[in-house]
Amino acid sequence: MEHFFLNIAHSLIVWLMGLGLSSKGADLVLLIVQWICIVAIVTINVIVLIWLERKVAGFMQQRLGPNRLGPAGMFQTIADAIKLLTKEDIIPSAADRIIFRTAPIFFIIIAVMLYVVLPMGDGMQIVDLNVGVFYFISVASLSTICLLMAGWGSNNKWSLLGAMRSVAQMISYEIPLAFSLLGVIMIAGSLSLSDIVAAQNNIWFIILQPVAFITFFIAATAELNRGPFDMPEAEQELTAGAYTEYTGMRWALFFLAEYTNLVAVSALASTMFLGGWHGPWLPSWIWIIIKTYLVMLIFMWMKWTFPRIRMDHLMSFSWKVLIPVTLANILVTGAGIQFLAGMGW
Amino acid sequence: MSLNDAVFFLLAVITAGSALGVITSRNIVYSALLLVVTFLGVAGLYFQMNAGFIGLVQILIYGGAISVLIIFAIMLVMDVEPHRTNPPSPRLPRRLGGIYLSILLVITMGAAIWFTHWPLAVGTTGADEMAVLADLMLGKYVVAFEIAAVLLLVAIVGAIILAKGADDK
Repeated sequence: MEHFFLNIAHSLIVWLMGLGLSSKGADLVLLIVQWICIVAIVTINVIVLIWLERKVAGFMQQRLGPNRLGPAGMFQTIADAIKLLTKEDIIPSAADRIIFRTAPIFFIIIAVMLYVVLPMGDGMQIVDLNVGVFYFISVASLSTICLLMAGWGSNNKWSLLGAMRSVAQMISYEIPLAFSLLGVIMIAGSLSLSDIVAAQNNIWFIILQPVAFITFFIAATAELNRGPFDMPEAEQELTAGAYTEYTGMRWALFFLAEYTNLVAVSALASTMFLGGWHGPWLPSWIWIIIKTYLVMLIFMWMKWTFPRIRMDHLMSFSWKVLIPVTLANILVTGAGIQFLAGMGW
Repeated sequence: MSLNDAVFFLLAVITAGSALGVITSRNIVYSALLLVVTFLGVAGLYFQMNAGFIGLVQILIYGGAISVLIIFAIMLVMDVEPHRTNPPSPRLPRRLGGIYLSILLVITMGAAIWFTHWPLAVGTTGADEMAVLADLMLGKYVVAFEIAAVLLLVAIVGAIILAKGADDK
């Protein structure tokens, strides 16, 4: 079971080489297959996640959640997906057509690009970049532009306000997000995600870096525009923020990308802090799935527990609390590493 | 033509084409978004030269931060029809001045590149690229690095005071 997916990849390579392809060509085909698998898994997983989110929300609010279609309402999201696929694609006449149309496409492309560096099991990483963590952060930072495109292209004041809010929020929270990861990077001594997983063989970094994990979690919630930091969408005041004018499939793409980002950030959290794919008895790829789902459940728990935070509180919380705390954490971590090195560890 | 060359030419066409789009587009928001493509194309060129870290810095700083700042500023100050925000200069002397300056720039840059003796890197930049960079920045060039940091801090404080007012207590 451990090498199930690796064996499939290996036999695919062998089969392709047997067809007369060079090893580079076979690698290229394998890469394309991996891309298709990521997109397929992400899409199918979102259907499960939306059902889970609704069930968790129902549980938190002491109601049932979806319960009509299929066992425990499981087919409700499939029905919703079919509805979204067949809905009319409305583009407002005053919208900037090119920007309005391309914004959701770029948003989902960036979300899927994050999965390239995530180790999904022992040796199951598409590309093992030596700057993997940095790749994740810098590619994720591009998604702010897509939200800005959506908000501006819609030519609607709610959209623009939502986009402005989300950009201000995402740029502010990017800093504590990166800073809280720095503590882990300093201990592991590497920016490569596979090295960071290997460094957690004996002890998980959540034990060595508890403050960093908490600040990372808070900053990640804000980066994902999820509750209690969902000011950009704040439906009571902004209808749906940057997504106000979007309908049907284009809106669904945004929704898909948001959940794709949620899975990616949860997988990053479990890789950086929860020991990645390390775990007893079960195969490594099952462990990362379990941990990722656990982190996602905590995200959902947070969303349905806390009320929304006001915009100015949100910004001052990042700049006046999170950034100083993460900076202090870096200082303490550095001093601790030097001290332990001096002790002869 | 090897695959490497093909990738280079593709990246070059993307970078130069989008840069051309930046100056020819009549809509300044399009110009700003095309500038993002230019930045990403340059990042791609860095990746091709095995300078992954520099390429990612390019994406993070230019693609994710500076371009957002530019787009923000444009959106906040724009009050005319979007498709007339980036018109070519109507006056002939200005156009000629622009052409003259660009030619001068190309010649100067070309001469500078042509006559400089470029030291070729010995060996390959491999997995320890980050470590080399860190050693240089926090070792040999630590004073310049720290001075740059202090300079940026001063600039930030100055910007905040300009925006909020120094008397505002």
